[in-house]
Amino acid sequence: MQDNKITARNVQVYYGDNQAIKDVNVDIADKTVTAFIGPSGCGKSTFLRCLNRMNDTIDICRVEGDIRIDGEDIYDPKVDPVQLRAKVGMVFQKPNPFPKSIYDNVAYGPKIHGLARNKAELDEIVEKSLRKAALWNEAKDRLAAPGTGLSGGQQQRLCIARAIATSPEVLLMDEPCSALDPIATAQVEELIDELRQSFSVVIVTHSMQQAARVSQKTAFFHLGNLVEYDETDKIFTNPEDPRTESYISGRIG
Amino acid sequence: MQSLTPLLLVITGLAVAGYFIAKSRAMKVAGGDIRTLVSLPRQHALNTVLSTSVPALAAILLISLYLRLTGGQGSWFFGFVVIGLAVTGFATSLIGIKQDRRARTLAERWILGLLIFASTIAIMTTVGIVFSMLFETYNFFGQYDWRNFFFSTTWSPNFRGNSDLGILPLLWGTLYISFIALAFAVPIGLFAAIYLSEYAGPRMRSVAKPAIEVLAGIPTIVYGLFALFIVGPALRDYFAEPMGLGQSASSVMTAGLVMGIMLIPFVSSLSDDIINAVPQSMRDGSLGLGATKSETIRQVVIPAALPGVIGAVLLAASRAIGETMIVVLGAGAAARLSLNPFEAMTTVTVKIVSQLTGDTDFASPETLVAFALGLTLFVITLGLNVFALFIVRRYREQYE
Repeated sequence: MQDNKITARNVQVYYGDNQAIKDVNVDIADKTVTAFIGPSGCGKSTFLRCLNRMNDTIDICRVEGDIRIDGEDIYDPKVDPVQLRAKVGMVFQKPNPFPKSIYDNVAYGPKIHGLARNKAELDEIVEKSLRKAALWNEAKDRLAAPGTGLSGGQQQRLCIARAIATSPEVLLMDEPCSALDPIATAQVEELIDELRQSFSVVIVTHSMQQAARVSQKTAFFHLGNLVEYDETDKIFTNPEDPRTESYISGRIG
Repeated sequence: MQSLTPLLLVITGLAVAGYFIAKSRAMKVAGGDIRTLVSLPRQHALNTVLSTSVPALAAILLISLYLRLTGGQGSWFFGFVVIGLAVTGFATSLIGIKQDRRARTLAERWILGLLIFASTIAIMTTVGIVFSMLFETYNFFGQYDWRNFFFSTTWSPNFRGNSDLGILPLLWGTLYISFIALAFAVPIGLFAAIYLSEYAGPRMRSVAKPAIEVLAGIPTIVYGLFALFIVGPALRDYFAEPMGLGQSASSVMTAGLVMGIMLIPFVSSLSDDIINAVPQSMRDGSLGLGATKSETIRQVVIPAALPGVIGAVLLAASRAIGETMIVVLGAGAAARLSLNPFEAMTTVTVKIVSQLTGDTDFASPETLVAFALGLTLFVITLGLNVFALFIVRRYREQYE
């Protein structure tokens, strides 16, 4: 059994008076792909955004409970959310490259956090990140071109490169393939599998096939509850909860 | 043309009559069941109205322009042409009403024509203004050496003749005052916009934004009074005199500061809209990488909004260059080339006013110089706009 990277205990999330997440307990292992599945509005994205405190940017959102990364409580007042987000990278649903060059997109995080001492080191980080994101061959001759000029799939890989450039320990992906075509999706999925070597990856997805393909562990959310969390194979072949079974067999959701 | 009123009355009458006749005719053709028609009765009616009025109105305009340019007299012939066009459009559209007539597409075409016509008027007006200025400027340079106008550093018009009409001191004053105004308004306006769009809560925003925009509603003459009675003397007493920079209450600094206050709402409310248009996903992306809020604003939001912000600044700049009232009351009317910001200076627009007020005859170089000044100003603002377009296109950062 691998080490647990993230442990969440009794997590509750409220939007104003609405409770979006009810009493979620989950352990996320290191160097593993964990998939969150469930119908729309079940709270899986909300929970994902708790893990790097992106919910802090929403005024009415309130998080209760205990979330620890490497045993450290990330909601401790001493923790700086800005530092945390450098450690827990995030890729969003829609590719959102900055209106900058490809190079500057990837160099953005390292520059902000002072990860490179000089231009040569920065170049190296950029190249390494783009290689890891399987974008280097397509982008190496046009690093100065705007990132927004790439195709959708390339843009999403650029966003992944941007996220891994700060060498995070956890990578959160919020439906990273929902705006991509099947070919680009296949590329990104392949990439996710490789990223597992270096990071703990948490991916929210609407596609159950995708969850089955890329993840080792799967969590099924329904109406704000974590219904079932287990090995991916088990969830898809022999789920314990009847709700999980109805969802994966297409009867609810 | 004798008089436009009867012509316009005839056209309106035909159009209104056409509307009802076309409607009833379409009904009759349809035999009471409008489902048998390709186009509805009201579409036939619209087609009739437009084909009666659009060509006739266009003809009136073109003929007036032609008469104005050639100095010719209107004759019955032109009136006849206009009425002829209206009647032709009226008749053909009415006769054309059949079951399978596509009045809907035809009306669409007339609407397109109407829109093109409207934009042509806007463009033609600009062209007309430029040409009239060019013409008078040409007259001016026939009487006054252009080298003296552009390169002489003295401005001392004299209505008995022998004037020195050098534009340099005026241009210097204009640019100096505008520069101070922008140096004041751009940072304040931009920072206010950033605060309003990124930091302020909805309640704060709903109070602060209209409050800033009130500034835009104050007449410039009121700003002028403010400059004359408060800012000018204050600057003189607290800055200029103690520093030994002069005793003048009217100064470049006074006019520049007050003009800057006037420009704040332009910069801030436009920039605010533009910053708000930057998608939230950009901010999320940056925050998700561990950037702080101000890093995100500085490195992602502002660059994404930059073309629009430059547009806002240039709009403010052209306001500053064209502003007259604040300068008259705040900076005085003395044409002077000086670096001292506490000295009275004046601008091109103020001098245009002073050259054209009072007893003037419109043939002497002293009055014609106003056109040359105006044209120069126009060329400068045009250059500014072209430059802005260039910058915007060069640094455009698209987001999707």
